[in-house]
Amino acid sequence: MGLKSARPGASDTKEGGLLSTVSTLSPNFVTTRLDFLANWARSNSLWPMPFGTACCAIEFMATAASRFDLSRFGMERMSFSPRQADVLICAGRLPFKLAPVIRRIWDQMPQPKWAISMGACASSGGIFDTYAMVQGIDTIIPVDVYVPGCPPRPEGLMYGIMLLQKKIKGESLTDLSLRQEFMVNPDGLFLAPEKIDELSEPFGNSVHQTRSQ
Amino acid sequence: MMTARESAAALAAAFGTAVLRRSESCGDTIVSVARESAHEMLQWLKETPGQDFDYLTDVTAVDYRDPGQPLEVVYQLRSLQRKVDLRIKIPLDKSGDLSVDSVWDLWKGADWLEREVFDMFGVTFTNHPDLRRILMWETYREGFPLRKDFPLRGHYSRAEQTRQALGANPEAHYSMEELSIAAAYDDLPDDMRERLATGERGEVK
Ligand code: SF4
Repeated sequence: MGLKSARPGASDTKEGGLLSTVSTLSPNFVTTRLDFLANWARSNSLWPMPFGTACCAIEFMATAASRFDLSRFGMERMSFSPRQADVLICAGRLPFKLAPVIRRIWDQMPQPKWAISMGACASSGGIFDTYAMVQGIDTIIPVDVYVPGCPPRPEGLMYGIMLLQKKIKGESLTDLSLRQEFMVNPDGLFLAPEKIDELSEPFGNSVHQTRSQ
Repeated sequence: MMTARESAAALAAAFGTAVLRRSESCGDTIVSVARESAHEMLQWLKETPGQDFDYLTDVTAVDYRDPGQPLEVVYQLRSLQRKVDLRIKIPLDKSGDLSVDSVWDLWKGADWLEREVFDMFGVTFTNHPDLRRILMWETYREGFPLRKDFPLRGHYSRAEQTRQALGANPEAHYSMEELSIAAAYDDLPDDMRERLATGERGEVK
């Protein structure tokens, strides 16, 4: 069966039997009901792994605290261990020094997993178009939902989470490509170098910023 | 009690031509000194009764836009009893050797401050116990980011920076002692060993 993962330890062995049976069936009553059940369960019990690196993390804490109360969405339990997490929320700017850390955390999370990039910095580097900052975490790990803002308001993050839930509800167990991960080279890049350069291009006011050289 | 200006004058009197310049700016007294006698002067300022600059607020450096200007290593001193601040600067010729004596033996707090100056400006501190990068990772190869000739986005392309960053081992930033205090146990001073063995509750002397 063609369920391949670049990651060691992907949980494909147990589901493999079931999945291969299911995937040979074309979408029919059984598979769609099964999808519905699995997606319903998954989307309503997302366990976030908070990766809070900066000011956005403060707003993330506000989202999790009593006034906005993230647990209403089934995110009751913040998972500070990547092995027990479903969704990585990167709240804040990511310096290059933390790039191998977030990559390792992402690799440690079992499938199925999703990622939310919270804030301008995590999504694009934001105001920090400098030598030290990753220009968007999507150059390091795949991202499902981007939440704009500096920082996003808690409502913004919750909207992002609801979008993710909506996305999960549209997934299908028969679509095995959703769980595949590719690395373009053994150095740990998951995008082609040209792609990373293109994504990291300065834009907006930032193009006038290069002062030396 | 002596003001900062008087301290600067006393320093000039004691060291003569090794004091290059004395000035005041925005209420701060600034003394530029020659590299060779800087350590001796800082020791003098710390230990001479009446001076007592016992607290090292900060060690940093300044690289000016003008290429002719020297790079300056800055020590911000404070006397806790006298409540007086004094700034000592060592101008270094950018084309020459960028090294000064570490003041770690005078103020232990200089350890990380000097590492930061080394990391950001490439100034080396002789006799520093553990001079390695502190903010950037240790295999960082692009140079010294706060120098004015360092481009804002770094020297390499973003893809190359990403590749190098991902190649770094996140655990390699720690020295063995930081990773495991148990392994360093035998090298610790007696009192610290005792505290580790019995817990912090000791006799207050
Ligand atoms: S997007 Fe704004 S609030 Fe969020 S980490 Fe960046 S600077 Fe901070």
